[in-house]
Amino acid sequence: MRKIIVNGELVSDHWITVHANENGEITVPENGDVLVALETWQANKDALVAHQGKTGLLLNGDAELEDFSADLDKFDLIAVNFPKFADGRGYSLARLLRERVNYTGELRAVGDVLRDQLFYLHRCGFNAFVIREDRDVEDALNAFKDFTVTYQADVHEERPIYHRRPA
Amino acid sequence: MYVYTEYDQKLLDERVAQYRDQTRRYFAGELKEEEYLPLRLQNGLYVQRHAPMLRVAVPYGLLRSDQVRMLASIAQRYDKGYAHVSTRQNFQFNWPALEVVPDILADLASVQMHAIQTSGNCIRNVTTDQFAGVIRDEIEDPRPYAELIRQWSTFHPEFAYLPRKFKIAITGSADEDRAAVRFHDIGLEMVKNDQGEVGFKVLVGGGLGRTPIIAEEVVPFLPKQHIISYLEAILRVYNRYGRRDNKYKARIKILVKALGVEAFRDKVEQEWNHLKESRLQVPEQEFERLKGFFIDPEYADLVDQEDLLAQQSESSPGFSHWLNTNCTAHKKPGYMAVTLSLKPTAVAPGDVTTEQLNAIADLSDKYSFSLVRSTHDQNVVLADVQQDKLFDLWQELKANGFATANIGKLTDMICCPGGDFCALANAKSIPVAEQIQRRFDDLDYLYDLGDIELNISGCMNACGHHHIGNIGILGVDKKGKEFYQVSLGGNSGREAAIGKILGPSFDEAEIADVIDKVIGVYVEKRLEGESFLGTVQRLGIDPFKEKVYA
Ligand code: SF4
Repeated sequence: MRKIIVNGELVSDHWITVHANENGEITVPENGDVLVALETWQANKDALVAHQGKTGLLLNGDAELEDFSADLDKFDLIAVNFPKFADGRGYSLARLLRERVNYTGELRAVGDVLRDQLFYLHRCGFNAFVIREDRDVEDALNAFKDFTVTYQADVHEERPIYHRRPA
Repeated sequence: MYVYTEYDQKLLDERVAQYRDQTRRYFAGELKEEEYLPLRLQNGLYVQRHAPMLRVAVPYGLLRSDQVRMLASIAQRYDKGYAHVSTRQNFQFNWPALEVVPDILADLASVQMHAIQTSGNCIRNVTTDQFAGVIRDEIEDPRPYAELIRQWSTFHPEFAYLPRKFKIAITGSADEDRAAVRFHDIGLEMVKNDQGEVGFKVLVGGGLGRTPIIAEEVVPFLPKQHIISYLEAILRVYNRYGRRDNKYKARIKILVKALGVEAFRDKVEQEWNHLKESRLQVPEQEFERLKGFFIDPEYADLVDQEDLLAQQSESSPGFSHWLNTNCTAHKKPGYMAVTLSLKPTAVAPGDVTTEQLNAIADLSDKYSFSLVRSTHDQNVVLADVQQDKLFDLWQELKANGFATANIGKLTDMICCPGGDFCALANAKSIPVAEQIQRRFDDLDYLYDLGDIELNISGCMNACGHHHIGNIGILGVDKKGKEFYQVSLGGNSGREAAIGKILGPSFDEAEIADVIDKVIGVYVEKRLEGESFLGTVQRLGIDPFKEKVYA
């Protein structure tokens, strides 16, 4: 099983990504945790809720909260896809998930995910990372140590620097 | 000037270490070219025509003399003995080797300088009025706010991969905009409301480049404590909805145009409603803390020296010209702000040598509280000079090549590096500047012409701000040959305007003649006391066209 980073540790990824066929239908495995795209979720809610196992939602950077926030408690995982590492929409989406709708489950960055973006991704609320396959996932763990100081508020620190400076 | 705390210094030092490791991994083949690219860009490193170019940030154009000396030393040790002042008040080095850049950054960090976010699709160095804090017409000194914004934008985790670059400018001046805020992604104008409270007029979506657009007002008065939450709301809307499919349509100006300013404002306000009551609100004590770094230096108690200056002017016409042209009134009696011209004929506009940089540092120690400012029109300012020392300073400036008395005049051109350095250029710009400077080398004639902004860009990217020059020159490529398009009537100030193109473009050899004819029409048609821009506005471009294409 592929090693991914969750909460700063390397773990095996057991989630199964299930794609819909051209008619939008899916075959849900009887058990096991499945990750599905937003449209797939919307078209197959009942089957997914009924299956033995957890459901995860795979979003693109342009997803709108309204499209799924009513179902938030159904998901144990939300994954945000980065088609290119330089596509920054996922950073804002992650903050909205954490700060606007208070999603507390696993938030995973997938796609073109590389070491040098991890520090910011983590600050925006991602706690899980599927590092691109051709890269050393162990090396990527070092990225969380890049900085020990920050200026802005983020998902882990609601106070910007100007509320944190010693008087 | 802002003084780094240990915390601020640590951030810089960690950045240097991070970048050193990124560079190591790049040379070890662990980072691909396209992956290293945005990382080095966000550290100010471009690769251009001949060599990499390193752009060092000068936040809101303010430098201490020891920082200027460090720039001099870097120019000497890692470059060819000179540096270049950019139109964003930054300093650029044109010849550093990729592998020594981490060392340069470490040297810079030792004097609280860096190259963070001076390029790349992120929030760039915030710019302001070069006379901030010393002019009379100021609502408030904008620099404490610029510093607040600098900290907020530095390594903002959410906005490092925007659709495109993002530039913010701020002005505190009540009646003149010297920071071209209407041509920035966000322009902030300090305003006072009826209750006497200070806030910002927020303008969004201005910019130059291929599609020059004047920014639109999004909020007439934003109370200052909300500045960060409001910026965050704007940036979030842009990050989520700005176009990413076409880099020429990716700036926020295109988003504002596509949505319309009303709909854009609605989106921002919706977002802001969630943010404004959060901890993003800036407490009064933080404003006070920041203002504490920009208090007046220890000015002497002086009176204006009209008689002395008149007498010195009488005996030396050269001094008189320089005083009238390169010196600006100061809020403090007995002082003036002095602009050092980096535009003598035959020097690339904005270039300074190592020796000159050291001289600037020494002069600032001697005459101006050890502080130096860079300007968006590529000059340098000593902001606090005693009037009774002006004559001495002038002589020292002459000896160092800074006393060309042309500030604001036709030969004080803004000019991008162009085809001599820049890989994107369609045409050279520096030789065109020189050609014009040579043609207009008669100072008396230059003074008679009054203030004229002439701006030159080597391509559509408009780094030389040609759209907003009273006269703009743009390098274009016609079947592999370099040609130049001329526009008239641009204005970077409050009455912001984009220049109108005169007509078909010209061969390089014709440019000085063309400008000569344009100026000829002005001289012939101007009303008593009317500026060049005034004449163009009154008559339109037709009379100029007729003459030039006759
Ligand atoms: S305007 Fe064009 S030629 Fe000039 S510096 Fe910018 S990109 Fe280069």
